[in-house]
Amino acid sequence: MAATTATQPTASPRKSRLGPALLPYLLSLPALLVCIGIIIPFFTAVWYSLQRYNLNLPYLRGFVWFQQYIDLFSDPSFWHTVQVSLLYTALTVILELLLGLGIALLLRRPSTLHNIMSIALLLPLMVAPAIASLMWKLMTHPDFGILSWLIQQVGITNFRWAAAPSSALFTVLLVDIWVYTPFMMILLLAGLRGLPKQPFEAAELDGVPASFVFFRITLPMLTPYIITAALFRMLDSIQQFDIIYAMTQGGPGDTLMVFQVMAYLDFFQNFNVGRSAAVLMVLWAIAYLLSNVFIKHWLRLRERARGAA
Amino acid sequence: MDRSNPVTKILRGLALLAIGLFFLFPLFWVALMSFQTNEQILRIPPSIVFEPTLSNYWALISGRLVSTAGVLEIKFMGNLWNSVFLSTTSVALALILGVPAAYAFARFRFRLSEDIAFTLLSFRFAPPLLVLLPLSLYFQDIGLTDTYVGLIWVYQLIALPLILWIVRGYFEDISPDIEHAYRIDGHSWWKTFTKIALPLARPGIAAAALLSFIFCWNNFIFALILASAGKQPVTVGALAFVTASGIQYGQIAAAVILSILPTLLLALYAQRYLVEGLSLGAVKG
Repeated sequence: MAATTATQPTASPRKSRLGPALLPYLLSLPALLVCIGIIIPFFTAVWYSLQRYNLNLPYLRGFVWFQQYIDLFSDPSFWHTVQVSLLYTALTVILELLLGLGIALLLRRPSTLHNIMSIALLLPLMVAPAIASLMWKLMTHPDFGILSWLIQQVGITNFRWAAAPSSALFTVLLVDIWVYTPFMMILLLAGLRGLPKQPFEAAELDGVPASFVFFRITLPMLTPYIITAALFRMLDSIQQFDIIYAMTQGGPGDTLMVFQVMAYLDFFQNFNVGRSAAVLMVLWAIAYLLSNVFIKHWLRLRERARGAA
Repeated sequence: MDRSNPVTKILRGLALLAIGLFFLFPLFWVALMSFQTNEQILRIPPSIVFEPTLSNYWALISGRLVSTAGVLEIKFMGNLWNSVFLSTTSVALALILGVPAAYAFARFRFRLSEDIAFTLLSFRFAPPLLVLLPLSLYFQDIGLTDTYVGLIWVYQLIALPLILWIVRGYFEDISPDIEHAYRIDGHSWWKTFTKIALPLARPGIAAAALLSFIFCWNNFIFALILASAGKQPVTVGALAFVTASGIQYGQIAAAVILSILPTLLLALYAQRYLVEGLSLGAVKG
């Protein structure tokens, strides 16, 4: 395909643009082939989820149709996982959204200080979530953790952070918020700075109160960005593994047993491949629905950004 | 907002200070810990005045952890090297595979093009364990468990969708007219791609490569399941190191700093690209 002759100029632009009809396929084929190897395990997982399959009891392996799912749906520990995952997702997304929006509003006006701040706030997002958990573990260590010490100074003794069921969720939320709030901030700041200036100038001239400007102008115009950012974080948060696994492995007990941690433990501790696959299929269904909504909003947002540029 | 009264100004200042503290203090504090001996770390009350020591870093780099209980061999530097190697090769491979595909999706309307592009994107959003658990069984069968090849292949799940979609957006923003003109001048398709399209999309390719490098570096779950100690990157290695070293807190802090330093420096060096990539194409710099 590299050999194009000099007689080509007479061809129509359309034809020369298309080149050989196979070209686009040839260009995307390598990427596709690499991914096919990864699609196969997906179908295998579907297949596993319809089987009684325990690595410890291979002779009991057999096809059981939807029995895994029926067992799962009648298992209180599964519903506990659903509950914890949804609570975790709701709390992280709402808190990160509010905090991210607050920070974006504070840093909205470009100035040296604000620009330095927004770059500095990128740093937590660059830390691997698993490593971030390690950092917070060091800071909340009962013997020498700076946070444990600080909290004692204000009179709270025996606060056990991730080690106690009552405070484990709070501690893990702190880590999640520390890592991911900057993502919300970046997207919302980009949105805020990209908004047209006229409505705000007009409002200022007319002496419209700030709260009115915020709720009637800023917020509605920012909504597409808020929805896109929130959906993106929801997709990640419902599948959270790294932070929870590194902090507590889903514990103490089953306090933080979210979808992927449950599936991981089912597989590697109970060797129950069938049940693990069924848990993941439920998670996949949720993620698939969310991702479809997200992609729609994201593409629309991208079109808008293009149109404005 | 500039005509706001001093009270609002002070409140804004305090809010900024609190935000800066919350997000930067952990980095600052762990960095301080990494220069302290265990005795200094365990001192109560904690103090930011101390005699800094490089012994923690030295122990990690030399791979020998000397304590009262004896000498412990650690392969943390090996983990660090694994991270460098896995992330670099994964991104390089993803660029070779992804950039031509991104060009195809941007320039040609061919059958199934949107379906293929969306399938590749949907990988980004599927639960990683759904693919990893069956894959771990397959890898045992075909001998890819605990190999760089297997890991780099699976890392394409992270890097490829990112590169494909970010670079595609860039190609779409470049008018195809220049390429048409160049082709009408009698140049081959390949020359048009390498001499015209690629240089024009360079900022997008840089942003995508940077972002996928950081995501590969920070990944935890892939290597946790598919690699054993010898092939593990720092994310998994650091966690194993904590279990192994027990109470060597200074070394743990130093290990944390060493494993996050590369991405932090990269982010500071190329923050403009990073912001562009992270804001999901919602901003054009």
